[in-house]
Amino acid sequence: MTEPLISFRSVSKSYGAVRALDGASFSIEAGEVVALVGDNGAGKSTLVKVMSGTVVPDTAEITVEGKPVKIHHPNDAAQLGIATVYQDLALCNNLDVVANLFLGREHHKGSLIDELAMERETIDLLAELAVKPRSLRVPIGSLSGGQRQSVAIARCLLGNPKMIILDEPTAALGLAQKQQVVELIRRLKARGLAVVLISHNLAEIFAVADRIEVLRLGRNVGSFPGDSKYTDDVVAAITGARITSSEAVA
Amino acid sequence: MTTQTVNDTALPGAAAEEAGGLRDKLRLLMRGDSASHVGVTQVLVGLAAIWIVFSLLNPNFVSPTNLTNLALQIVAVATMSIGVVLVLLIGEIDLSVGSVSGLAATVMAALNVKQGMPAFVAIGLALLCGLVVGLIHGTIIATFGVPSFVVTLAGLIGWQGLQLLIFDYTGAMNLGDPKVLALTDTFFQPWAGLVATVVIALAMGLVTRRRRARRRELGLGNRSAAFDVVRLVAFAIVVAVLILVFGINRGIPLSVLIVVGLVVLMDFIARRTLFGRRIYAVGGDAQAAERVGTNVKRVTIQIFVLASFFAALGGVLSASRLMSVSQSAGGGEVLLDAIAGVVIGGTSLFGGRGSVWSALLGALVIGSISNGMDLLALRSPVKLMITGAVLVAAVIFDAVMRRRQSR
Repeated sequence: MTEPLISFRSVSKSYGAVRALDGASFSIEAGEVVALVGDNGAGKSTLVKVMSGTVVPDTAEITVEGKPVKIHHPNDAAQLGIATVYQDLALCNNLDVVANLFLGREHHKGSLIDELAMERETIDLLAELAVKPRSLRVPIGSLSGGQRQSVAIARCLLGNPKMIILDEPTAALGLAQKQQVVELIRRLKARGLAVVLISHNLAEIFAVADRIEVLRLGRNVGSFPGDSKYTDDVVAAITGARITSSEAVA
Repeated sequence: MTTQTVNDTALPGAAAEEAGGLRDKLRLLMRGDSASHVGVTQVLVGLAAIWIVFSLLNPNFVSPTNLTNLALQIVAVATMSIGVVLVLLIGEIDLSVGSVSGLAATVMAALNVKQGMPAFVAIGLALLCGLVVGLIHGTIIATFGVPSFVVTLAGLIGWQGLQLLIFDYTGAMNLGDPKVLALTDTFFQPWAGLVATVVIALAMGLVTRRRRARRRELGLGNRSAAFDVVRLVAFAIVVAVLILVFGINRGIPLSVLIVVGLVVLMDFIARRTLFGRRIYAVGGDAQAAERVGTNVKRVTIQIFVLASFFAALGGVLSASRLMSVSQSAGGGEVLLDAIAGVVIGGTSLFGGRGSVWSALLGALVIGSISNGMDLLALRSPVKLMITGAVLVAAVIFDAVMRRRQSR
């Protein structure tokens, strides 16, 4: 427990006069689900972008397994084992599950796609995650939102990441489908992955998160265990009604 | 509509394919569910209806002579349509294919007739001209992010201007070079075609067997072997009948072989190669494709190059059949036929959905309507209106399919 899997310290980022992040920190262990919460403009999305390499911070000390690293580009993040599933999923709705899962990294011999090997791997991976699409060979646009979300998450597992960032994974889903995604997050955790969950839905966060980090105005203002008895404290921290400094809890 | 039942009916991949009953299989055929398998069945049903109506009105319609004529008539447009399919697949449009075909035909005629260059050089340079035109279109569209609609509309006008400039004061150029005319005037004996069919069917059988073996090896499960055998035999019979029909008349036309060969090749590239997968990905969601590392600009340029290349080849084939190139070559209904055919053939105007085969099928539908109406001696205003109505029907069908698919 001494050495976190991945840690970001004193991350600052300004856009002109606006300080989006002001010395924020974040760290996560393998097999841990950490929810990142905060009001709009709290710096969540900027921090996520820093983690995924789409934004280069002004200052940051980043370590992966204790070794200091730099992330200047999404490829850097990918190489360090950080994968991001964006809210819009980045799936091609006209292509089937197999094609989407391997989009951009198709198995191939020469320039021919090895469809069968990909199908085999898809079946194995989806079975492991207990994701059950209606068929692997229908366009993904005809599947439900929850299943598409699951495929998008499964896709980033192909890169063998250490940490997965899920940006509002359930925002557009119905209740039953939200449950599917929550189950999937539990399975990711069981696989020993670190999961960063960005969400507005506190019920879902308390259902799955081990720890809740609250950001406000670009700073860490609280860290709580993922237990619903802290609901009031979390809400208070988010809104800034009462600044609780419970760093010690973690 | 499918979202609620998803969990209980779920079965992964091949197993689901296997488990689907006959009704599901039929529905799959009708719906053309995956991106690269458009509803070929509807097009074939439509085509059959058209053929039945015309042959009832005029029995000559299904005579071997007329069917051979029909095949020769659609070759040029079908070739151009291959390029149109590719452009539509990435969600763009090319309005210049008519002009480019006319330009290429003019370049070939000018070099061959006026400059006295050998046929192969003239044809080669005409095709090169197509490649350059496509490179210009694609580069402008990809670099400046301007709508392909506008760029190729400018091309439609501009390349026509260049065509007229090359013509200068000559009204038309008659092609006399037998090598140019041979493109559409060469016919093969039926027995050669039948032998080739058997060889191809056997080769397909071997490929299918290897594929089945590999599926088994990977534990993926197979369809029943009978299904594959029936499909293969059906394919061989259909091709053999076509060959016999051609054989009663003049033989198997070289130009038809060229166009079918190109369709088979491009269909293979579109469905089985990395390049093809990128085409569908860009057409499905360019942003998503970009994010997984696809160079969308490069794909766009490549596709426009191909589109103009096929347009140029179509122009050359058309000139060869008509034995002359006039100032109006590539004008008139050529563009509309090329695009309308593709849409009727089942390729979506909205990108990402379609098959290269729709180039051939669509050209066949439009060509059949046009040929049949000619046999009935309908006047051209009526022909235009009927062709327009068929196109609208096809687009409505496409829109309905699309809405159903995106839930």
